[in-house]
Amino acid sequence: MTSSLLFNVTTFTYLVSMLLFFAFLASRAKALGAAGIVTAYAGLLAQTGAIVLRWKESYDMGYGHAPLSNLYESVVFFSWTIVLIFALLDLKYKYRVIGAFVMPFALLGMAWAQLGLNSGIEPLVPALQSNWLLYHVVTCFLGYAAFAVACGISIMYLIKAGSEEGGGSAPAGGLMGMFPPIRVLDDLNYRAIMVGFPLLTLGIITGAAWANYAWGTYWSWDPKETWSLIVWFVYAAFLHARFTRGWVGKKAAWLSIIGFAATIFCYLGVNLFLSGLHSYGGGK
Amino acid sequence: MTTDQRSFLNSLWDFFCSLKLTMSLLITLAATSIIGTIIPQGTPPQEYLQQISPVKFKLYQALGFFDMYHSWWFILLLYLLTVNLVACSIKRLPHIWKTITQPVTVLGSGLEKSLPNVVSFKAGGEPEALQAKVTALLKAEFAEPVATENDGAHHLFAQKTPWCRLSVYFVHLSVIVIFIGTMIGSLFGYKAFANIMEGESVAKVVTRSEKEIDLGFSVLCEKFSASFYDSGAPKEFRSVLTVLENGKPVPGYEHRAIIVNDPLTYKGITFYQSSYGNAGEYRFLVTDLDGKNAVPVTVPATGSATLPDGSSMHVLETTPDIAPFAPGLSGPAANIEIHGAGGASERVVVYANHPELNIEHAKQHGKGPVIHFKGEEKRMYTGLQVAKDPGVWIVWLGCLLMVAGIFTAFFLSHRRIWVRIQHGTVTMGGNASKNQAAFQLFFDRLADKLKTECSGEKR
Ligand code: HEM
Repeated sequence: MTSSLLFNVTTFTYLVSMLLFFAFLASRAKALGAAGIVTAYAGLLAQTGAIVLRWKESYDMGYGHAPLSNLYESVVFFSWTIVLIFALLDLKYKYRVIGAFVMPFALLGMAWAQLGLNSGIEPLVPALQSNWLLYHVVTCFLGYAAFAVACGISIMYLIKAGSEEGGGSAPAGGLMGMFPPIRVLDDLNYRAIMVGFPLLTLGIITGAAWANYAWGTYWSWDPKETWSLIVWFVYAAFLHARFTRGWVGKKAAWLSIIGFAATIFCYLGVNLFLSGLHSYGGGK
Repeated sequence: MTTDQRSFLNSLWDFFCSLKLTMSLLITLAATSIIGTIIPQGTPPQEYLQQISPVKFKLYQALGFFDMYHSWWFILLLYLLTVNLVACSIKRLPHIWKTITQPVTVLGSGLEKSLPNVVSFKAGGEPEALQAKVTALLKAEFAEPVATENDGAHHLFAQKTPWCRLSVYFVHLSVIVIFIGTMIGSLFGYKAFANIMEGESVAKVVTRSEKEIDLGFSVLCEKFSASFYDSGAPKEFRSVLTVLENGKPVPGYEHRAIIVNDPLTYKGITFYQSSYGNAGEYRFLVTDLDGKNAVPVTVPATGSATLPDGSSMHVLETTPDIAPFAPGLSGPAANIEIHGAGGASERVVVYANHPELNIEHAKQHGKGPVIHFKGEEKRMYTGLQVAKDPGVWIVWLGCLLMVAGIFTAFFLSHRRIWVRIQHGTVTMGGNASKNQAAFQLFFDRLADKLKTECSGEKR
């Protein structure tokens, strides 16, 4: 058994889970929702095994580092954290249908990593040879994942709020009957961001601490740093929106979606379109 | 003060206290910060001018876009945020403080209406006996209540973690603490750079604004080495440093190896491995096509040299053995660039062991000169980032405060419960500052227990 085989199994399992959730959404058959979540858990388990295995393989090759060191590994880890946060949410609140809006993010990540990225295990360049790498990447990505879940929930919020406004008053009927009430979606959105915001804050702080330790400056306005601050500002605005008249409801949901778009740009866009110190994805 | 002035000041105050301003500032900061990630910051003007028109350049320069995070308007936004934060806190803190230290202990009808969770039921028996039962229950299940008698009614009030209401103010304070730390850093610290040759020492470093700073001691670079993985990717950059006071090594600071991610700190000044280079020289022999008029030429690794015919050359890279790159050839080779007197330039590889190839190339390109590679003297230097930042601990303190504050703000909740016993009716109300759903569950369970307890059906 190799980690790459297990990653392929994971990708396939997430695909099946997503399709089950879609079928659940369309048919409203409870069994499909249950099957979807069980499949998602199975995928999470397989992926956890694969990540541990890859870690071990890196030791076997004599490099010995956590699998968080290049674009492939980070995309895989991101996808893992998304399913993890979704699983935690499910354990607590049991709103299965959210899976239909969250699993696509996880699948997209895995599919891109498996099909489009270089999956070789490489040794660490000097800049990354530090324990801070682990703390920094883990906190950042758990935060990103919580924002991904919040984004999925916000999309559901906007769809549901839109259909209610459009006179879709058939109470329990149709697709919308499957969605939790908008009050609940609003609350879940806030809760997901309540998990993501402290983690992002920790991620930025550990990044700053690392930069200070390695280069002597905790902040140098490099594009990646700046974008993480942009993301942080957006979610800080989201948190204050609920105390501000005129900002609750739809506008807050939009802030959450914009926040996630900024998160994705911070994670990928910066490497693809801008230049800076963070070397993930630059190929170098 | 006239009423006009007073009302102006009032509206100014309200403006600075408002959360609408907070929203606008946070969103504006997020949006404008994008500019500096697209336009490179702090690059020399010539490089910008190659990319954009002079008109645009003037405009961007006037707007401070080339160093936008230090531009007056960006700093102004940060100041506005600070003022907003302080004003808002000044306005709200007294009220919050009163909520914590002087809680309303009487459940009046106005308060009752404002509470999300209320139950009310009839209960027989003496009010004192009921009060004792309720007190015992609250103490066991929630928190020790305080009792108040008011207009013939018995009131009980209990609360948990009231102080967590202060945590958002600690988060807000932490933002200001971090700002103070960065200011101290920029006033009393510096970021500088030093290149040290192997075997040499420096006592002065140069800051980014080209200011010379006397360290008060000196740093000797004994050795620099770079190692690489088989793939050619860098593995480790290592400098061995010794700190010298009055020319003598300082015990404990001798032969200290520093690598990327593992710096050396002495007297509050930290030295980071940042770059390296070769300041040695390359040796060449330049002749005419027929091998006459041989002139030795040395080219410094960091510069160029003039050839007898007036053109100049510099070295792009060298290798001690060409074999892996060019099958059939062997020995040292150099990739050089020649700038002809007429302005033309060309790149060519010259060899140490294959003079015939050097001659052939010169023939193809006119009448010479012929350049032979003779070898090189490597002299490595290490590039160190040097930093002193007395404010950094204040920044970390602010960060700690922020994280602790955010966690308590999000995950702790101020919960309050009031009970009124009047005319044979027990009324219980309660609220929580966070996580209302969980509190509601708790409240409903408590209400059930209270009913059983007070209805006297106890066995
Ligand atoms: C970068 C700056 C800021 C950060 C990181 C920040 C952070 C926070 C956090 C984490 C909360 C808790 C939110 C929640 O419980 O959902 C909060 C609440 C709040 N913030 Fe800020 N804040 C910032 C700026 C400001 C400013 C400038 C104001 C000025 C008006 C402000 C006013 C408030 C108010 C009124 C609350 C609600 C407090 C309550 O629960 O009653 N914040 N802030």
